[in-house]
Amino acid sequence: MRNIWTIAKREYDYYFTSPVAYVAAFLILFVLGIFFAIDLLQFQQYSFQDLSSYLNTGRETGILPFLFVFLIPALTMRLVSDENRTGTMELLLTAPVRDWELILGKWAGGFLFILTVIAVTLIYPILLNRMVDPGIDWRQLASSYLGVILLAAAFLGLGVGISAMFVNQIAAFIVSFLTFVFLYWVVGIPANLPITGGNVFSYLSMSNHFSDLSEGVINLSAVVYYSSLTFLGLFLGTLSIEVRRWR
Amino acid sequence: MIQVSDLTKDYGARRALHSISFDANQGEIVGFLGPNGAGKTTTMRILAGYMPPTDGTATVAGYDVVEESFEVRRRVGYLPETVPLYNDMTALEYLKFMADLRHIPNSRERANETLEKVNLQDRANGYIANFSKGMRQRIGLAQALIHRPEVLILDEPTIGLDPAQVVEMRSVIKEIGKDRTVLLSTHILSEAQQMCDRVLIINKGQIVAEDTPENLQSRLVGSQRVVLRVRGDADGLDAAVKKVKGTRGVEVKPDETVEFEFSSGQDVRPQVAKAVIQAGYELI
Repeated sequence: MRNIWTIAKREYDYYFTSPVAYVAAFLILFVLGIFFAIDLLQFQQYSFQDLSSYLNTGRETGILPFLFVFLIPALTMRLVSDENRTGTMELLLTAPVRDWELILGKWAGGFLFILTVIAVTLIYPILLNRMVDPGIDWRQLASSYLGVILLAAAFLGLGVGISAMFVNQIAAFIVSFLTFVFLYWVVGIPANLPITGGNVFSYLSMSNHFSDLSEGVINLSAVVYYSSLTFLGLFLGTLSIEVRRWR
Repeated sequence: MIQVSDLTKDYGARRALHSISFDANQGEIVGFLGPNGAGKTTTMRILAGYMPPTDGTATVAGYDVVEESFEVRRRVGYLPETVPLYNDMTALEYLKFMADLRHIPNSRERANETLEKVNLQDRANGYIANFSKGMRQRIGLAQALIHRPEVLILDEPTIGLDPAQVVEMRSVIKEIGKDRTVLLSTHILSEAQQMCDRVLIINKGQIVAEDTPENLQSRLVGSQRVVLRVRGDADGLDAAVKKVKGTRGVEVKPDETVEFEFSSGQDVRPQVAKAVIQAGYELI
């Protein structure tokens, strides 16, 4: 546990010295801010009652997955690959740290950073809540945020796993990005075709689970789905470290 | 402290280590001498717990490097050949990070103490990215020392340093090697001689010689060639010299000189001189 925290803290601190992380955080907050402003302008034409009902669709958090698909690979690409490139991996692998602790620590560092950025976005619903009567639906908001957090966890897990397979961070970025595009948009497409077993593809799609959560429906299958993807990524990362040792 | 028996390592089809065996005792500085690609780094990586061997066993401080890798890693300080540093960190941050990974209480204090040991205390808050090669090497050594390990494994600790830094690095290693076991590798003979109590020569994945530095010197230099000038008929001169045990390659030249070799471990020059004179030649 202590090793995980030591590594997570190092990565978390690193993000605050890294221009890539600042750009990612800036883009998330900036794009959300623009959407927030546009929504407010549009709703001035309607009544405030409508504004409150509009919020129930959770559109604001709907933009986040789109941003995550290309920003999270930028946050995870160097996490492990850079240790492979600079030789510091030799340092970590000869320290009394288990391989899975290393991978979990890397993931936790990225997760804490994303949580920090997500926490800043809470400013928008808080503002909205003051502007509408009787206020926004907090339960639905909590459900959408749970979706965002689970989605970020899964993207980060896969990103760390992919980063561990590479020495070059650009390669890790591209593979992570393509994987996310596939899992979020592409894999669900066959579900709309008139074929048997279409619901399997629907279950595999990251976006389908996300839309449930953002509508306020917390179902167990979504939680299990995202947690499994996170676990899969971390497992692949640990495995690639083991493979590197034995080769 | 270190026991290695029949250690073998294959990288795919290539065999990097051919069942090597050796040991190192408590408080001893053992040198690994050999050309690049001889298997020094591979052996050290196995002993540091970085990777498992293909075959054979090794124990460090009484623990098996494969079965009890964790116990080994706790007790070994390891400086890899490419010094593993984080350029975005300061010297102090880096050592504190390493101390935290090893669960050392008061890690900041320990990091400062260790910086003093390698004479970098005045650069504690300097970023590693701006450090010179010698400073990087020393901070790498500090990292290996941070948990006061029983065994130190140093892979080419003086490579790439300028002569003054080499001298300094050697004295630091000699100092810290007084009360612990050190295994270091080098491809410079004189370095092995200066620093080590015992030297293992490794070539193509095999240990080809193991000795004290003094004996090694003579073995490596091998034989000495001596030229004698005599007065008299050269016939039979070679027979006279050959009679002395230890001479070889005796060669009589037309200008009344004779050349021969002897292995430098045993100086046979007095016996040869006697034999030449007894055979009726004048030695000049």
